Amino acid sequence: MNTLQLWWQSLPDLLMAAVEVTVPLSLISFAIAMVLAVITALGRLYLPGPLKVIPWLYVWIFRGTPMVVQLFIVFFGLPNIGIVLPAMTAAVVTLALNTGAYASEAVRASILSIPRGQFEAAQTLNLSRRTTFSKVVAPQAFRIALPPLMNDFIDLVKGTSLVFAITITDLFQVGRQVAASTYQPMAMYALVALIYLVIVSLLSLLQLVLEKKVSAHVRSS
Amino acid sequence: MSAAAEPAGTPTPAEAAETLRLRGIRKTFGSLTALDEVDLDIPRRGTTVLLGPSGSGKSTLLRCINLLEEPDAGEIDFGDGPTRLGGRLGARTVRSIRARSTMVFQQFNLFPHLTALGNVTLAPIHTKGVAKEKAEVRGRELLEKVGLGSKADAYPDRLSGGQQQRVAIARALAMEPDVLLFDEPTSALDPELAAEVVAVLADLAREDRTLVVVTHSLAFAQRVADKVVFLEEGRILLDGPPADFFESEDARLRRFREMVSSAV
Ligand SMILES: Nc1ncnc2c1ncn2[C@@H]1O[C@H](COP(=O)(O)OP(=O)(O)O)[C@@H](O)[C@H]1O
Ligand SMILES: [Mg+2]
Repeated sequence: MNTLQLWWQSLPDLLMAAVEVTVPLSLISFAIAMVLAVITALGRLYLPGPLKVIPWLYVWIFRGTPMVVQLFIVFFGLPNIGIVLPAMTAAVVTLALNTGAYASEAVRASILSIPRGQFEAAQTLNLSRRTTFSKVVAPQAFRIALPPLMNDFIDLVKGTSLVFAITITDLFQVGRQVAASTYQPMAMYALVALIYLVIVSLLSLLQLVLEKKVSAHVRSS
Repeated sequence: MSAAAEPAGTPTPAEAAETLRLRGIRKTFGSLTALDEVDLDIPRRGTTVLLGPSGSGKSTLLRCINLLEEPDAGEIDFGDGPTRLGGRLGARTVRSIRARSTMVFQQFNLFPHLTALGNVTLAPIHTKGVAKEKAEVRGRELLEKVGLGSKADAYPDRLSGGQQQRVAIARALAMEPDVLLFDEPTSALDPELAAEVVAVLADLAREDRTLVVVTHSLAFAQRVADKVVFLEEGRILLDGPPADFFESEDARLRRFREMVSSAV
């Protein structure tokens, strides 16, 4: 079988795995990660003194340990203490917690970068804390956090390739199976890499569109 | 000395309603005393100009009126009874005091992600609960008033400094506060842009509004002030009609007048 035939024959299975596992796993995990990131960032900025350690501990642990080890703890380790999660759930939990920890730093930095004058303007206009956050802080912070958050999103997509280690048949795992059965790892992994590249390129495109949209108020010159 | 601040007396009710009264306002930053027991009456429907060397506490005094800084001690009275400041004020008290005044900042502090109109309508819609359409009609009127009717849909980044400051003034007017506070509103502007802003301020001063303006412009003080207050090192050195300030023989005031005029 030549390379083109191999690609032609394996492409449907690979695409299926990408559409059924890799992409939804990425999207769901990222959505949860964003919620965690915002809550964590707000916690680290605004919780009263001693309570700040909670979000800090979370970030410390999940940034400080390898994701594959986290996956193993959640999927293989937790059953030892009576918590059994299906593989997909374990994957979503781990990917979301991991990405949430990283992304919280981007969110926190974006809020910290908003000039003090913006908060003072909100105060003198007597905006409530909630309105200040949703109408003044969030829109400005989003624009600043967008590039690093998209970085985290892209890392997450690539990070999903680790879930084969907890029995999930994702894009990478299908590639591994075909590579093993056809003895053509070079051709096979090149195609797998190309599919990841396409997915990530789509995200980069999305980033471009979003950046343009949220920068409408900034003079381009 | 006629220039000295009048001692705090008991006001008649009519007088009280006609003034914003500050009593014993104290504010320290660590070991530095920025305001040292300041007593000040700010007449309603008049323009009070605050003068003084840099670091004398002018900004801090304005910020204390708007509670952007919480004084360590003192009383503030907008004509409906004094509120004791210092210690922890509840969020509700803070908001109700803050609602009485609105600040226009030296650096404008417009919201960059909102259009001029968006800046002017944000607080009426979200703080005062005004319907969007109504707020926008009023917002356009106010932008018209500051000469920016055609710039309603422009973002701050596309406006000159003078235009931005005028949007900030419209934004403050939209709150309909009892007192408008201006902290060196033209200091960040080139002279010709400053002139646009001064023209708007002079218009406001002619209306029945209560303005407190920190400025280094003696010309502005001479033109619009009903009252001049001179601060030095957190204390009021002079509080009276403009003539008192401009004709004072006090060495410090003379030095200040000469310094500021020669700087322009
Ligand atoms: N947030 C602050 N922290 C510490 N010191 C401050 C702060 N704000 C003002 N000050 C000090 O208080 C004094 C009065 O400042 P300010 O009111 O800004 O003076 P002015 O507006 O007359 O120039 C100055 O010595 C200034 O350095
Ligand atoms: Mg100042």
